[in-house]
Amino acid sequence: MHPAPFAYKAAHSVEEALQLLRSHEDAKILAGGHSLIPALKLRLTQPALLIDISKISSLRGIRRENGKLIIGSGTTHREIEKSHLVAEASPLLASVAPQIGDVQVRHRGTFGGSLAHADPAGDWPAAALAVDAELVIAGAHGTRTVHASEFFTGMLTTVIQPDEILTEIKVPGEGTPGIYLKHRNAASGYATVGVAVTATHDHGRIGTVTIGVTGATPVAFRASVVEHALNGHAVSAHLLDEAASHAADGLECLSDIHAPAAYRSQLVKVMVRRALGKLLHA
Amino acid sequence: MEEHHVGITVEVNGRPHRSTVEPRTLLVDYLRDDLGLTGTHIGCDTGQCGACTIIVDGQSVKSCMVLAVQADGAHVRTVEGLAQDGRYHAVQQGFWEKHGLQCGFCTPGFMMQSVQILEDNPDPSDEEIRDALEGNLCRCTGYQNIVEAVKAAGATIRSGAETMAVGTGVGA
Repeated sequence: MHPAPFAYKAAHSVEEALQLLRSHEDAKILAGGHSLIPALKLRLTQPALLIDISKISSLRGIRRENGKLIIGSGTTHREIEKSHLVAEASPLLASVAPQIGDVQVRHRGTFGGSLAHADPAGDWPAAALAVDAELVIAGAHGTRTVHASEFFTGMLTTVIQPDEILTEIKVPGEGTPGIYLKHRNAASGYATVGVAVTATHDHGRIGTVTIGVTGATPVAFRASVVEHALNGHAVSAHLLDEAASHAADGLECLSDIHAPAAYRSQLVKVMVRRALGKLLHA
Repeated sequence: MEEHHVGITVEVNGRPHRSTVEPRTLLVDYLRDDLGLTGTHIGCDTGQCGACTIIVDGQSVKSCMVLAVQADGAHVRTVEGLAQDGRYHAVQQGFWEKHGLQCGFCTPGFMMQSVQILEDNPDPSDEEIRDALEGNLCRCTGYQNIVEAVKAAGATIRSGAETMAVGTGVGA
């Protein structure tokens, strides 16, 4: 399979990439390419120009600033997986990274690329929602910051405009316990349902729980009903059972040859319960 | 101006190559068709099977999922570059000794990923090996002998022992 012809430009700064985006009608951003290249090969998309941002060093790297973890959008899944800083500052992200694709895929695929692509079965959207990530988007008039809860707008769609680029992602860096559990499609490794949970707890009492769910619906979502049922309560198996049983209330789940909607809906409840159990030991 | 043909410089197995490619050229096709390095195989062409695994700047990648233009300025290693100075790479020897292959189609990709595994950690556990081979599919062996091959190669690397001369066993 070969992509349709396109032109190619490697940008060496965010400014240059933005300039190229503005001056071309039908351009797409290329980072790791692990969502875009398969789509090009299937000719699902046929852009006139690819703007390669993978050589922009300012988009790459992980640092901690004012208690927040700041991850460049071009940072690969593998770099996050291997980062001691991430392991310490965000156990949830550290739990997600090694569950993405395989080693070769994680060597190329990027954090920002995955978020911007917003695949309904992608892993990072669940985590971004659970940690309430702030996504920094650069455009003609400087940057704007959008919370994960407002970032994903539909299947494969985000608030990023055609002339904008996602540059970095800020997540809380105080080491809140977190875990990502996914039911993998056996062939592709994509999440049939994936659940990202963070929780603070003290002497058997839950502080704040956050739950992001991917794979089940066209857009990843926060299981707020479950969160509210748990926040401030004493941990018990019964509480988790009861709360998780409402995880799929009112959901309109995706349906495909791998998993009909009713199965996904059941999986949401099961995976939320398992993730809570693992994290809260109940 | 827009670039419909792009000049790239890629070092492959220690040799620099200057080429002009169409941006849509996949790295695997560039290696096979432009450079004649057909040791890197195309299996699924969808990033699933790992037969086209090569190492770019020290990181294993599936070369059917990378554009040749993205490798501009990179150091690429393919299966053809494993043997050095007339001696097999420890991974090649491991696959030979432990019979880590049957039909051999997936083997170049498996060997390159095995090189990556052992460069990350020369003494991986069985579980670490199986985890890191997740992106490579073999329809013949059942994987057991592949895992044994990686372990044998690791032992060779750790011991510093000299590997077999290229050609050993051929026609024997």
